[in-house]
Amino acid sequence: MLEQMNDVSLSRRGFIKAGAAAAVLVAIEWPAEGGTESKVIAGWIRIAPDNTTTIFSNTSELGQGTSTALAQLVAEELDVAWKDVRLEMAPLDDAHINPFFGEYATSGAAGVQYQADMFRLAGARARAMLVSAAAQRWNVPADACTTDEGFVIHAPSKRKIAYGKLADATAAMAVPDKPALKSREFWRFIGKPMPRLDIPDKTNGTAVFGIDVKIAGMKYATIMQCPNFGGSLKSVDPAPAMAVAGVEHVVPMKSAVAVVANSYWTARKGLYALTPEWNLAGASRDNSKDYRARLNRSVAGNGIAYAPKGTTTEALAAVHDAAMAKATRTLEAVYEAPFVSHATMEPMNATARPYPGGMELWLPTQVQSANRVSVAKLLGVSPDKVIVHTTLSGGAFGRRAELDVPLQAAEIAQKIGGPIKLIWSREEDMQHGWYRPAAAIKLAVGVDEDGNPIAWRFETACASIAEWSQYGAGRLPAGAVDTRALMGFFGRTAPAYALAAPTFAWTRADAGVPVTIWRSVGLSQNVFAFESFIDELAAQVGRDPIAYRRQMLAGNARALRVFDAVVEKAGWNEPAPSGHARGFAMGFWNGSLIANVVELSVSSVHEVKLHRIACVADCGLSINPDSVAAQMQGGIVFGLTTAFLSEITIEDGRVQQSNFDGFPLAALAQVPDIDVTVLPSDEKSAGAGEVGVAAIAPALANAIFAATGKRVRRMPFKQDGFTLI
Amino acid sequence: MVFNIEVNDHTVAVDMPGDMPLLWAIRESVGLTGTKFGCGKGLCGACTVHVDGRPVRSCSFALSHVGKSKITTIEGLGTQGEKLRAAWIAEQVPQCGYCQSGMIMAAAALLAENSKPSDEDIANVMTNLCRCGTYVRIRRAIHRAAED
Repeated sequence: MLEQMNDVSLSRRGFIKAGAAAAVLVAIEWPAEGGTESKVIAGWIRIAPDNTTTIFSNTSELGQGTSTALAQLVAEELDVAWKDVRLEMAPLDDAHINPFFGEYATSGAAGVQYQADMFRLAGARARAMLVSAAAQRWNVPADACTTDEGFVIHAPSKRKIAYGKLADATAAMAVPDKPALKSREFWRFIGKPMPRLDIPDKTNGTAVFGIDVKIAGMKYATIMQCPNFGGSLKSVDPAPAMAVAGVEHVVPMKSAVAVVANSYWTARKGLYALTPEWNLAGASRDNSKDYRARLNRSVAGNGIAYAPKGTTTEALAAVHDAAMAKATRTLEAVYEAPFVSHATMEPMNATARPYPGGMELWLPTQVQSANRVSVAKLLGVSPDKVIVHTTLSGGAFGRRAELDVPLQAAEIAQKIGGPIKLIWSREEDMQHGWYRPAAAIKLAVGVDEDGNPIAWRFETACASIAEWSQYGAGRLPAGAVDTRALMGFFGRTAPAYALAAPTFAWTRADAGVPVTIWRSVGLSQNVFAFESFIDELAAQVGRDPIAYRRQMLAGNARALRVFDAVVEKAGWNEPAPSGHARGFAMGFWNGSLIANVVELSVSSVHEVKLHRIACVADCGLSINPDSVAAQMQGGIVFGLTTAFLSEITIEDGRVQQSNFDGFPLAALAQVPDIDVTVLPSDEKSAGAGEVGVAAIAPALANAIFAATGKRVRRMPFKQDGFTLI
Repeated sequence: MVFNIEVNDHTVAVDMPGDMPLLWAIRESVGLTGTKFGCGKGLCGACTVHVDGRPVRSCSFALSHVGKSKITTIEGLGTQGEKLRAAWIAEQVPQCGYCQSGMIMAAAALLAENSKPSDEDIANVMTNLCRCGTYVRIRRAIHRAAED
């Protein structure tokens, strides 16, 4: 009775059949990015005879709620009832790419930011076509018709017809170019806290994540990779695994060995029976202690200078040096961040089924296009022979933007000639991640006689995401700066504070440990440093940290609105309750702003109790303000785990942590109420997934300073003896 | 070896080794995938089920120990679960949702013992981990379910 419940291959065939018989795709013209290319026709909306309206998302649902926001945008213009709206992942094809990436991909909080207008337009076009179809049927002018909740209405003749009865007639229709969009006063979905469409299934066990995929004849695989980064498999005797009842294959791979069996547990028993020999020539033998020292030595002023677009390093240096010459004091400090794991709750997994000439994959992934291309390359087939189905992801945070796991699944499936689901153990996940780079960040400033900063220098040292991850794939030119290492200091993630005469520099320092994007990318380290440093600076020059910041925000109305709102919300100008102290920080991500005030107390043995976190965010026009608030709450918890608790350390080229005992996550008991205000805004919608992480670690450090006079410059704070209770 | 285990009021024959954790028997042999694998060491609680009404981390509970106990999973939570699900939806708790089956199972066990838990009671019992950071809403949802 239960065996086939998640048989997605069956349900997919069922879908196609049902789609042909019962529902009609409304053809929507989708303009290719760039404008002059030939246009493609794609289905974004499917309307069934019962008016059930399926909206196709091209943004993986990782928990961030983007798929619901995209559905809101379409539903608004299409004018359907929310109860009739369903979500489905769009197929992986050229018609469904996110134009920001030029790929089918989900990262950088870009799902809504770069697609909102297009999804609205898709809804408006479909509506115009449905209205035309009704007008033709009734032989009335289209502009005499209106729509409401999935029906076209012709008031003069009191006629009304469901979209579901018109969808057929749209199939042969030309797609209108630019139908008018609804004006704001009529919005019913955009900007409203619509209930997320993915949530009900996540409360009853029916939501299908990658790890839940089940296809006919599927076996279970698990894997052990060379414990040293960069090592490879020398040899393995398969006999001990093959002796375990239920084990069917031992699959040696370049730097790993996999076992395939009739259950995950059996595969795992077989795997642990093996004693592979590893070839460590060229593998990392580094350790965190030495690497930390190297990072700290690397911010001594000798980094590669960087100039944002529109200026040169020479021009920046000249302005900086001239300003610095007038400084009456200079201050500097070095902040540190360790490697951290994404630690998604759903361990890494991928399901692969070979078919003659190609491979079909079911993936919890952020990078479908890149998965397809990389698997095709592995198999030596053209990309169109690789079919990628997107499942829900049990968290992603950047980890599922890497290509390793789907490639392994494809290789194993190909080698054994049958379908497998590859599941990594938590230990494998913890020890073979692509981590947030460990970093040293040195900030230096010259101040004038009034204590105002007049010349800034930002210098970081860390490994290069561009060198390691599929995003750069080793393409960082010699002498170039990986700008992710300087995020939070310039450009689209620059602070709103006026930063006089800045210079920027970066030194690449590598430990042979893979690194990649990790929720908020450079912000989690760099904003920790920057907002901590402003607090230190204010203390050094004898100024109130809030008044000092406010002066640096002068003239930036949007930032001041957020700033003032959180100051008021947190009651900053009232004394904190006895024994409590407060800390402030702001963060910025590409059009989104966040400000936090943390209230905490610190015991005599440095146990930190969080009492309250007040947060104000402005992410431009929020399609779903409640989802945005959830992203801020989640980002704050993500950030406070990393601020206090968790780090990945290396010894002899191997990760020392293996599970949540060594890499703890904040638990409910440690998280106070997080009171979020999402400010209404008419600015263009900006992303919400990243900015929430940016400003919590420094707010915590600043509050600890206010409580104890001790400045924490290194994450996780437990290294300085501060524990979270 | 065949174990006849009772899951959500159905008896299911599971032909797997006795040292297999109950989690994998539920997911792969019984075919109920609402119970999740998170850590395999009883640290995260994503695999929480009820064994005779008590919350158990099924990744660390051997199939051979089930015996005649009644197993309840998220799919079989029934009326008790309806209240919690309604509260979870009203508070829009889940983000990625992966930990939420375990959270709801832990919350159901809590409410069965303590119909009006305080924040502190919730903090003491709800030790499951959520990487998305939904704790604030979980707390609110448990209070909401307790009030209904």
